[in-house]
Amino acid sequence: MLSANMVVLAYLVASVLIILALKGLSSPESSRQGNTFGMFGLLLAVVVTLQLDAVQNYAWIFAAIAVGGLIGGITARKVPMTHMPQTVAFMHSLVGLSAVLIAVSAFYNPVGYGIADANGSLHVASRIELFLGTFIGAITFTASLIAFGKLHGLLSGKPVTFAGQHLLNLVLGVLMIGAGVMFCVDATWTPFLIMLGIALVLGVTLIIPIGGADMPVIVSMLNSYSGWAAAGIGFTLGNNMLIVAGALVGSSGAILSYIMCKAMNRSLFHVLLGGFGGDAPAASAGGVQADRPVQSGAAEDAAFLLKNARSVVIVPGYGLAVARAQHALKEVVDALLNQGVEVKFAIHPVAGRMPGHMNVLLAEADVPYDIVYEMDEINPEFSDTDVVLVIGANDVTNPAAKTDPASPIYGMPILEVSKAAHVLVVKRSLSVGYAGLDNDLFYMDKTMMIFDDAKKACEALIQALD
Amino acid sequence: MCEGVDCNTALQAAAHAGHAAQTADPFVMSFSVFVLAIFVGYHVVWNVTPALHTPLMSVTNAISSIVIVGAIIASGGLEMNLATVLGLVAVGLAAVNIFGGFMVTQRMLAMFKKRS
Repeated sequence: MLSANMVVLAYLVASVLIILALKGLSSPESSRQGNTFGMFGLLLAVVVTLQLDAVQNYAWIFAAIAVGGLIGGITARKVPMTHMPQTVAFMHSLVGLSAVLIAVSAFYNPVGYGIADANGSLHVASRIELFLGTFIGAITFTASLIAFGKLHGLLSGKPVTFAGQHLLNLVLGVLMIGAGVMFCVDATWTPFLIMLGIALVLGVTLIIPIGGADMPVIVSMLNSYSGWAAAGIGFTLGNNMLIVAGALVGSSGAILSYIMCKAMNRSLFHVLLGGFGGDAPAASAGGVQADRPVQSGAAEDAAFLLKNARSVVIVPGYGLAVARAQHALKEVVDALLNQGVEVKFAIHPVAGRMPGHMNVLLAEADVPYDIVYEMDEINPEFSDTDVVLVIGANDVTNPAAKTDPASPIYGMPILEVSKAAHVLVVKRSLSVGYAGLDNDLFYMDKTMMIFDDAKKACEALIQALD
Repeated sequence: MCEGVDCNTALQAAAHAGHAAQTADPFVMSFSVFVLAIFVGYHVVWNVTPALHTPLMSVTNAISSIVIVGAIIASGGLEMNLATVLGLVAVGLAAVNIFGGFMVTQRMLAMFKKRS
């Protein structure tokens, strides 16, 4: 058995390994080693905890780890890359649920955690920590389940709004805090369970008004919550490693939420209020004008343009993920590269349903990451580009964000594709994008629309390029 | 020797004062660690390349499942009661995330290749 000091030092080593795991993600080359560090960090933490004197129930614990590990391992191997957003959301819910279960267990048996005095009554500080850990965990749990349902298509991605919604959330929030304060005073089950119940409901009511394409922000935010929940449990147990790991994850998720909000030019508060992207706005500033002329063409016309271009930039969006067209697109890229065309990818920060979604899909299709560029890197290059191929993206290319102060997306940073010599847009129809706006890009003289599903369009392009 | 409640409280107060002079409240120590870790997280995560934001989320999933440490302590007792059973369920859930999170991250990271 290790001494108490050795245990704390081992946890310190585990914390450092976890920091190295995050540090490794600064570049793809170092990331794989970083991930290994992270695994060793968690392994060390688990082994050190298992040898504690208080831990005797080995058979059951190993059984639980084996069952959970098997399920997690199989899921990790099987899950398609297009399903990563919902997978991540589901995993957040598991962190939230385990935090709640641990908190209930700690409250049931506080002496076992050394957080009660000799009479078995909880310390006041521990009550507050337990309250925080429980409600953050509970909100993370149900909110992530709803996010999972929306991302997986089990629930409608449309925002659910009703009159008095924000008032309801406010009342629920006040009641939850009230019950929590009562719990901190008398440490009994009734206020604890009321607080837990309201927190579970609040997780649902907070997320239902938020629409599908705001999910990058929400998934990042829940990522952050799952970290704070872990840190809350760390405070309850007085365990610095949990606090460090939780704080790292919490700040990571918060930074991602911030980056996503900035890329949509919206405040986190505005996103959380929800309702965005439900109905097409009545304001006609960018409303659909059905009779505007568009040029549409077949894959052969597009292939001709692409073949004769010197440089091509491809802008992928959520439509690529929906159609699972990444592999077909890679073949188009290969065909172009074989003909001596320079090909680059341009990724908007909120393309897809989670941060970095497009990068992973392209990596899965073997697109080398050094031809994939972020928005700020590629925007100055569009004016020197012969052809831009927009595939499954819409709002992130809408020039109205730069030119029309009346547009709801005015001020949002966009990929400035309209500066290129020619623009090809693959889209199933002229339907509006998520923001409910028409896109002026589609009606420009330099633009040719290819009305097709992303995958079918890519397959037709491959044929035409041969 | 002294007897009675007064003496007891006096002794306790003296012990408490001495204790406070040497070490801070454990909560304050934890809180210091918490704030420092947020700073470390802030600086490390801003350096993560945007291309790897999805692996960042899946690996942080695995990392926040460090709550398995709390779950193991919760389920550590040999006597089976509500606390132990809930702890065991939490161990299982956290294990799903640890294995799932690290393995799916590894799978994703293996896909990121340079031009050959």
